[in-house]
Amino acid sequence: MNLSLLILVPLVTALAILFAKGLKQIRVIGLIGAVAQLSLATWILKLYMVERAAGNSATHLFESNYSWFTTLHINYHIGIDGISLAMILLTSVIVVAGILVSWTMDKLSKEYFFLLVLLSMGAYGFFISLDLFTLFFFLEVAVIPKFLLIGIWGTGNKTNSAMKLALMLMAGSALVFVGLMGIYYNTNTFDIVEITQMGISVGVQKFFFPFAFLGFGIFAALFPFHTWVPDGHASAPTAASMFLAGISMKLGGYGCLRIAALMPEAANSYSWIIITLATIAIIYGAFATMMQTDLKYINAYSSISHCGFVILGIGMMNKTSVNGAVIQMVSHGLMTALFFAAIGMIYSRTHTRLVSQLGGLLKVMPFISTVFVIAGLCSLGLPGFSGFVAEMTVFMGSWQNPSGDYRFATILSGASIVVTAVYILRATGKTIMGPISDEHALLADATWNEKLAAGLLIIGILIIGLAPFLINQLIMPSTNILMSPITKAITLK
Amino acid sequence: MFNNIFLLMRQELALSVLVFLLLFIKIGKERSNTSILNFVNIALFVNLIIGICFVGKGELFSGMFATNALIILEKNILNLAVLIISMQSFAWLKNHDQVIEFYLLIFTSLLGMFFLISSGNLLIFYLGLEMSTIPLAAAANFDLSKRKSSEAAMKLILSSAFSSGILLMGISFLYGTSGTLTFSILTAHISNNPLQLFAFILLVSGFAFKIAAVPFHLWTADVYEGAPIAVTSFLSVVSKAAVLFTFVSVLYKVFQPIASTWYLILILLAVVTILIGNLFAIRQDNFKRFLAFSSIAQVGFILIGISGSSVAGSASLIYFILIYVFSNLAAFGVVSLVSALTGKENISDYKGFYKTNPLLSWVLTIALFSLAGVPPTAGFFGKLFLMMAGAAKGNYGLITFAALNMVISFYYYLRVVKAIFMEENEAPIEKLGIPLVSKMAMYICVAGILITGLASMIYDYIYSLSFGL
Repeated sequence: MNLSLLILVPLVTALAILFAKGLKQIRVIGLIGAVAQLSLATWILKLYMVERAAGNSATHLFESNYSWFTTLHINYHIGIDGISLAMILLTSVIVVAGILVSWTMDKLSKEYFFLLVLLSMGAYGFFISLDLFTLFFFLEVAVIPKFLLIGIWGTGNKTNSAMKLALMLMAGSALVFVGLMGIYYNTNTFDIVEITQMGISVGVQKFFFPFAFLGFGIFAALFPFHTWVPDGHASAPTAASMFLAGISMKLGGYGCLRIAALMPEAANSYSWIIITLATIAIIYGAFATMMQTDLKYINAYSSISHCGFVILGIGMMNKTSVNGAVIQMVSHGLMTALFFAAIGMIYSRTHTRLVSQLGGLLKVMPFISTVFVIAGLCSLGLPGFSGFVAEMTVFMGSWQNPSGDYRFATILSGASIVVTAVYILRATGKTIMGPISDEHALLADATWNEKLAAGLLIIGILIIGLAPFLINQLIMPSTNILMSPITKAITLK
Repeated sequence: MFNNIFLLMRQELALSVLVFLLLFIKIGKERSNTSILNFVNIALFVNLIIGICFVGKGELFSGMFATNALIILEKNILNLAVLIISMQSFAWLKNHDQVIEFYLLIFTSLLGMFFLISSGNLLIFYLGLEMSTIPLAAAANFDLSKRKSSEAAMKLILSSAFSSGILLMGISFLYGTSGTLTFSILTAHISNNPLQLFAFILLVSGFAFKIAAVPFHLWTADVYEGAPIAVTSFLSVVSKAAVLFTFVSVLYKVFQPIASTWYLILILLAVVTILIGNLFAIRQDNFKRFLAFSSIAQVGFILIGISGSSVAGSASLIYFILIYVFSNLAAFGVVSLVSALTGKENISDYKGFYKTNPLLSWVLTIALFSLAGVPPTAGFFGKLFLMMAGAAKGNYGLITFAALNMVISFYYYLRVVKAIFMEENEAPIEKLGIPLVSKMAMYICVAGILITGLASMIYDYIYSLSFGL
């Protein structure tokens, strides 16, 4: 199995889009590419499970390693473990849904679909990279499409949001770059596998961990560098919002996890800062959401809160919490994409996203309203949906940390769920129930493409929610491998 | 002996032949501009091929003129850049009365640069430098009807005269303290004695003038704005590249004994250059001034790369310049086309540019992304490798500074992209007919931007030729 296919399929799709004519051709090509990628990812999942079942306990499977810049020891080294595979699956599901949701995008459709596919290519490349340079390369590949997507097709104060997002993410990657330089010049390689074997001296770790972690943290909306999230998400067109929250923020979470695993001693000694920031993000995000009146802002701020759980899980540095963080990434990706899709559907019909101007949508658009409710319930962590499984695992992991302060942070974060329930129930209630305004009374329900997109995401949410052992089977072995040397290192100290 | 001269100096000879041919054409009967331009472009292409064909190594005139694979590569980069500039100026020169004179000046200047790069002796070094500068001052005046153009020429000639004076003073001090002008002998006589340090600082100032490093950058913005765009792009790409090539070899080879001193000077220059270049670029509206200041910031990054003083240092410099040729010239190409056909040169004129000129917009955008250092364009690799080379000495503060400054530079490059794609304009630049030659030049640049980075063998090849401290 050559994982380069995961980059090749989007690349071919993007090139094919360039030569296509008219929206009809373009969207069909985009969909074919995305579905092909989804099938490829599913197939890789199958192969992966077969390999694992056959007792292959290597950290990374399907590795291939080519020398890229020989003189600088930069390799094109790719391979996956359960965590990256989960992320790849998540990405491919969201890409299919995103393309379905953009089915009628007639403004500069070629550029639009091209950029969407380019963004996803960056994400795939990022998740399969085992070389920090390649990782960084793909991280930045994914930045520019976001800028253009928001700036050209966005709504509201789009150019400022796009600029803010691009600059903050670039600042993040600048910090990541400094961190990587530190690692490179102290280990003489960018290769994650080699670095893990070699280990990095504690002094170096302590100096460079903050750079790299903070850099990726900006991508993952780490407090206080979350300010690009609300504006960026709110201004972006629907599919771009889905990609931003569902894929792009995961790049940050995944990067944070890898960095923490590469520099465990530093991660452990700075964990109190990470956990404090994560807790603030969780609480602050939840309360800030309460004050929002725009549906997209509601979801964007709640994303800050939810991504806080990812950081919290990573900061706690044990197997269960990291496991929870990964599940939360997948769950949040699906849930938030679904939410944005529903909001996009509502907005394209009513042309408003203000909660106060909406109401009674259940009567005219039962399907969209149901999707909206499902996304909301998943967001507030109702059992049966993925959000519950993810947050529960994070809490369980966090509680394993015996320190009183950490338990206090866990309790605080847990309490935020109540706030989440308040804003979610309020927003859904006002939007869906109650009297409907006259101008909205004749609106149509979802079309087939929207139903398909939402259905796909809901299936994902339900699989994780109802059968969490499936995703655990995929990621648990890998988080165990990732965390076992770390737990050892920490207990030794 | 003569065989040797023909082989080792073939790039210089080919160029001289071209200069004489142009002179004969000028004396002969009147020809249409288009035919002259086509002839020149083909000749330049042949010239490039001649340069690539044979890689030799050797010295001539008792060490005054030296050449090797690296120097030939550097000259080829310059040849390529001049070819691209010439193709891009097609729209501008087509209706110009003095096409041949323009090329005479540019080629003479290029010839000077070849001698500069090949110099093994301070005399020929100075000769080459002057030969490359003085024709440019005349060329800067080539928008004959514009006052700004002659102002630019005046500023260029005065400031270069000044910097040459400083350089010459440095050279004479060096001669006075060491008794020799030959690079290879000079190295043994260099030490940290005050007079030589003073001479060295004068020399560096002279160089800094030519590459427009802060605080010796004040002439650039006005000259770039006033001069015709072809000359501006020549100044900002070719002439800077030639001086930088020489600068790094002089630093690494001749001034090797005082490496720790020039390391500090370079760091200082780099920090101010990046910062000032960036801060001023933010506020520019004229496209040429904008590119002028942004290229000042780029030079700052180059200085960081040089400060690494390893093989990677000089390799990343040459690699970056190759990329810089493609990306900066792609940007200048679009700007020069728009300026030649509509006369508009401001960034605010580019609002809504994408609606009318999608192809030009994408070329400009890709070029700006490459200048900003966004993957997958080559600029990403170029800048990263410069900073990696700079970080080799463990100066992480400097790298953090540079990395954060990349974000600032990102802002102003994106500002242009924003104007092109996202802003509305009641009277955007109308749809332009692009001459075939200019289009080809653009495709060369874009292909260069996309390939030079991803194809690692280019860097590895340059690395294999490069030299460290």
